[in-house]
Amino acid sequence: MTLAAPRDGYGSALLKLAKNPKVVVLEADLGKSTKSCWFRKEHPERTFCVGISEQNMVLVAAGLASSGYIPFASTFAIFSERAFEQMRNGVCRPELNVHLCGSHGGMHTGEDGSSAQSVEDLAIFRSLPNMTVIHPADDLSAEELTIQLSEYPSPSYMRTTRNKVPRLYEDKIEELKIGKGVVHKKGDDVVIFACGIMVARSLEAAEKLSEEGIHATVIDMHTIKPLDEELVIAKAKLCGCAVTVEDHSVIGGLGGAISECLISKHPIPIENVGVKDKYGQSGKPEELMELMGLTVDDIIKCAKKSIKRRS
Amino acid sequence: MITNMGPGTNNNPNQKNSLEVAKKCREHILRMTSWANSGHPGGSLSAIDMLVCLYVERMQVQAEMPRWEDRDRFIMSKGHASPGMYAILREMEFINDDDVRNFRQLGGVCQGHVDSKWAPGVDFSAGSLGMGLSFGIGCALAARMEKSLRTIFVMLGDGEIQEGQVWEAAMSASNFNLDNLKVFLDNNGIQNDDFCDNQMLMGNIEAKWKAFGWETKTIDGHCHDEIKKSITWLDSIKGKPAIVIAKTVKGKGVSFMENNPAFHGAAANPEQLEQALKEIYG
Repeated sequence: MTLAAPRDGYGSALLKLAKNPKVVVLEADLGKSTKSCWFRKEHPERTFCVGISEQNMVLVAAGLASSGYIPFASTFAIFSERAFEQMRNGVCRPELNVHLCGSHGGMHTGEDGSSAQSVEDLAIFRSLPNMTVIHPADDLSAEELTIQLSEYPSPSYMRTTRNKVPRLYEDKIEELKIGKGVVHKKGDDVVIFACGIMVARSLEAAEKLSEEGIHATVIDMHTIKPLDEELVIAKAKLCGCAVTVEDHSVIGGLGGAISECLISKHPIPIENVGVKDKYGQSGKPEELMELMGLTVDDIIKCAKKSIKRRS
Repeated sequence: MITNMGPGTNNNPNQKNSLEVAKKCREHILRMTSWANSGHPGGSLSAIDMLVCLYVERMQVQAEMPRWEDRDRFIMSKGHASPGMYAILREMEFINDDDVRNFRQLGGVCQGHVDSKWAPGVDFSAGSLGMGLSFGIGCALAARMEKSLRTIFVMLGDGEIQEGQVWEAAMSASNFNLDNLKVFLDNNGIQNDDFCDNQMLMGNIEAKWKAFGWETKTIDGHCHDEIKKSITWLDSIKGKPAIVIAKTVKGKGVSFMENNPAFHGAAANPEQLEQALKEIYG
């Protein structure tokens, strides 16, 4: 299985988008990390480095968007949170199509420690009207969804990640569409809704479950907002119990979105795999995943618990 | 697309006397806040003379085409001065008397804080202080990429520059050598709670902008001759951003509002309105 970093997909997408002269790129001293540096190198005249000023960057992007440009601005996921109110009042409220990318999201960021481990970003940006929130599972889907964003009629927040993870979209790229979940495995005992790096882990969990005769559906919910409610409800009806899996707080992210949807439209038992309302610390990514309950075994346990609650 | 011909080509059909327009605008400000029994007359009255001079004599905008792509931009960063913005937009015929009458009312285009989604002629949705200058930088970068002659004007409040983002933007504007970005600072000395000096000592404001790489000029923000000369001066600055620091009086033109922190965010009652209008047209 090929391993690649999801953030690289963002960088390569910008390069592909460069043929559109309206595409511009903004950086806040983290272009080397988010991979917008690849665009900067090729198109310096359309790249604006604003120094370490995320709030400023978001509004500069808004000004560009209001003048007919398609701005892609990036920083670390954690620092995108610093510009939350700028996104709310300066971007989403006036409906300016600024595309903000936060890389290095989640506990998987590892050694940098808790100050860098954004596990709230999906929740806060999901709360904004007019917003689209995306968290791709691998580099190929990050690239494809970034390309789609350039023509998507809304502002957006996309979380990418730093570390290499398995490629899942070698043969499935054409199934990707903003706002539509992608079914990676079919089964009718339990449905696992996952996003980001947790999609590959969920598939691994599903494989192990199948060895025990438990058949799980695994869906990549790369778009957390707008939520693919049709798919969520259909799979909830098929399986009757669910698990949500994310490298993010259990408060307000994918788990929140799925729960909010199903509680009113088709209530079923739901278990949430995610960070349980706490901060991380420095450590190797895998050590942190274990500490925070984000392992394949945690997914398996939650799947079995959800199935048990159904019966 | 119609091309913006740059400074000195203002061709507004209703070339009016700026002093007369300013009186009319002051009336709008006082009436709309009084009708709404809320809003911010003080900072609108301090800013209005600059707005009038810009719109009447300098800016290229077209009421019949408020979204004309190559128009000059006016970014009211101190978004609570919305009555001032709506007053000049009324006089320039972007909005009508009904719109003004419905200031702060449900469904009205004159929202409490200026909002580009609602009122024609409003280029920036403000209300949260400190964001407009960054937005202006984005507009200015866009204009430069297009080799357009349009100018981006931004109005900041003096309390507003306590926001850190303003200084992020100040640094960026000079980093990008944005000479199509022109700023007016409404230095009326009063913010929401009190006199600025009692809230946060800001020291030498002009020196701060200079230190950030800006060309600066201090004027009397109510003297139309000085304002008009400062606009010409702004247009003359090349290679860097420029700011006019306008010494103004909060509540200017109405004796009981002048320099009175109580009228930052409070409207005149009916009796006070009568009195105020008498003073304006004295």
